[in-house]
Amino acid sequence: MTKNILIVGVGGQGTLLASKLLGQLLLSQGYDVKVSEVHGMSQRGGSVTTYVRYGEAVASPVIDRGEADCILSFEPLEAARALPYLKQGGVIVTNTARTAPMSVITGAAQYPEDLVEKLRAKGAAVEALDALPLAEQAGSSKAVNVVLLGKLSRHFPEIPEQAWRAALTAVVPAKLEAVNQTAFTLGREA
Amino acid sequence: MKQLMLGNAAVARGLYEAGVRVISSYPGTPSTEITEEAAKFPEIDCEWAPNEKVALEVAHGATLGGVRAACAMKHVGLNVAADPLFTISYQGLNAGLVLCVADDPGMHSSQNEQDSRHYAIAAKCPMLEPSDSSEALAFAKRAFELSETFNTPVLLKMCTRVAHSQSVVEPGARVVPPQVPYVKDPMKVMMTVASRKAHERVEARTLALVEFAETTDLNRIEWGSRKLGIITSSTSYQYAREVFGDGASIFKLGLVNPLPVKALQDFAAQVERLVVIEELDPIIENHCKAIGLQVEGKSLLPICGEFSQGLLRERFGLECPPSQALEEPLPARPPVMCAGCPHRGVFYTLKKLGVMVYGDIGCYTLGAVAPLNAMDLNVCMGASCSGLHGFNKAMGREGEKHSVGVIGDSTFCHSGVTGIMDICYNATNSTIIVLDNSITGMTGHQQNPSTGKNLRGEPAAKVDLEALCRAMGFTRVRVEDPYDLAAFEQAVKEELAAEAPSIIISRRSCVMIKGVVHKPPLHVAADRCRSCRSCMKIGCPAITFDGKASIDPTLCVGCGLCRQMCAFDAFREAEA
Repeated sequence: MTKNILIVGVGGQGTLLASKLLGQLLLSQGYDVKVSEVHGMSQRGGSVTTYVRYGEAVASPVIDRGEADCILSFEPLEAARALPYLKQGGVIVTNTARTAPMSVITGAAQYPEDLVEKLRAKGAAVEALDALPLAEQAGSSKAVNVVLLGKLSRHFPEIPEQAWRAALTAVVPAKLEAVNQTAFTLGREA
Repeated sequence: MKQLMLGNAAVARGLYEAGVRVISSYPGTPSTEITEEAAKFPEIDCEWAPNEKVALEVAHGATLGGVRAACAMKHVGLNVAADPLFTISYQGLNAGLVLCVADDPGMHSSQNEQDSRHYAIAAKCPMLEPSDSSEALAFAKRAFELSETFNTPVLLKMCTRVAHSQSVVEPGARVVPPQVPYVKDPMKVMMTVASRKAHERVEARTLALVEFAETTDLNRIEWGSRKLGIITSSTSYQYAREVFGDGASIFKLGLVNPLPVKALQDFAAQVERLVVIEELDPIIENHCKAIGLQVEGKSLLPICGEFSQGLLRERFGLECPPSQALEEPLPARPPVMCAGCPHRGVFYTLKKLGVMVYGDIGCYTLGAVAPLNAMDLNVCMGASCSGLHGFNKAMGREGEKHSVGVIGDSTFCHSGVTGIMDICYNATNSTIIVLDNSITGMTGHQQNPSTGKNLRGEPAAKVDLEALCRAMGFTRVRVEDPYDLAAFEQAVKEELAAEAPSIIISRRSCVMIKGVVHKPPLHVAADRCRSCRSCMKIGCPAITFDGKASIDPTLCVGCGLCRQMCAFDAFREAEA
């Protein structure tokens, strides 16, 4: 059975590292893995989406509506946008810090209020956390993505914590490893 | 060892293992990483050519010199490279030549959705189409065998979902064939007698390739239920596998030109219902119909846009998993110009002056989106220059005074230069703004002939844009800083008023280039901000407004545009 993790965020938020880590991790656990994302135009501050699929044999590289076991979201509006992709009974792990799109910045549109509550009202299991203070506590505001991965890791009881940490070691630069391992711990324990 | 690899990286790996010695390409999403990844192998001489026509001619030249060579481009790049392709197909090779072309169904990063398979048919070249990274690697190698066996360039067709998906591959060893000596051959001169002979050879080659297509293991049948037979290729194959499993029999094509005849007829005879699943144009479907098969295709599935497993389920009347959405509309998040982007000041000025802006292809196409909305149209690379010239031929002096063409530095070198030449030669007083940010931005920062560096970042000859424009006949060539709004506006006004063709080079490095020094971020002195929102007119993602303006210090690079917009001096440098 193929399992699906949808990663959503805003271009430049570090979704790339998250998908790289998940790819490494799932491959190390003996799964067939496909990771798909669109490069180019959309990366300039636009909505970005990465599909991570794993199982015995994965065919399609993309995740379609109603298929995501898990949505890892770096920004609440993007979590709301991704809701149609969530499987019934699936979980959303989302950062709570907002990034306003240009239409909101210029006043042409309003940023929707209470998105996490609205997602929960739809029956979605939502785990929301403000990852920035934890990342800063770990030593770098740039480790927000790793804090969120730490939180996400709780939802994979079949994958040992050590495997996550090994994958982290493999994908982050050596000099930033300590910061990232701390960020992972803080996210996992949040 | 098994590893996850991007489709484009797998193509690069395949080119490496095939012993390729020369790669010449022009960047274009979703093809760019093929060349970037190949450049990581020191054994391959990789270069960014000024455009795709040059790239293909360089690669072909290398094969005349006896080594395997390749080039990579996006689908619209193949329009530019089409001219040499058609005749190289006639002339033949001295070593294998593979042209990698990446289509973009869904137009994630493209101005159109053309289907490259038409080129393979028109140029009478074989085309391979992988469906994942493992096939991308294998097919890149097989493409060279085909190229040399049949003495033809071979097209390797990617699409966004294969190019930009990672899947598992097992890399192999590099094998370099010996260099083939160059021998002069009068039949290589493509005129009259030789061309007529060559055309006959190409037609015979196509017949041989059809024979090859009947039995090659590049195509395969995966038998399942015979109630439904599916003919498919590329990423569509993956969607079909996902949805139907063994509930259908699948004829999976790896060689998409030429298509087999008898093999498809045999398959059709063994299934109850036959459907072609192919993105974009009905090429396989029309072939099937031409060989007498009763087949469904575009009556069921769209020509426009990408497919997915969900789309197939829907169109085949299968159950889709439940899905829900919030009722309220969510504000869209389109891509925006980066904070500190040098293009921002240019487009703000052009909007303020209310001129017609003929756009081009690059990051600066974002000058079309709110709140700048400063680009009227765009077509293809280089069209801003030649198109503006034509516009002004029709509009006369009134057009010349109220219109500009904008073109990036890489696009200038790609195909802007010929249109700019025409402006002077055929005399309109057109104004071209060259947006020189010293990089090919949108595709992820590639060097070009005007940056002074080659693909590997080593120092290289640098096109002197000012001198080149003067050499083409422009007497009015000036360099301006787009961070200085007043001076830039003055320059545009002067050049629009001038009774001569003019070039304004807007020179400022892309802020995302490594090593570009940023100024410290500005901050808003809240007591000075009068909430007038003037600063919001430039659409900077670093500025937000919640009663008063504020600046995100992690995004701001201190370009100072907001400061020039503010009448109350609210934007301040950090206190020392």
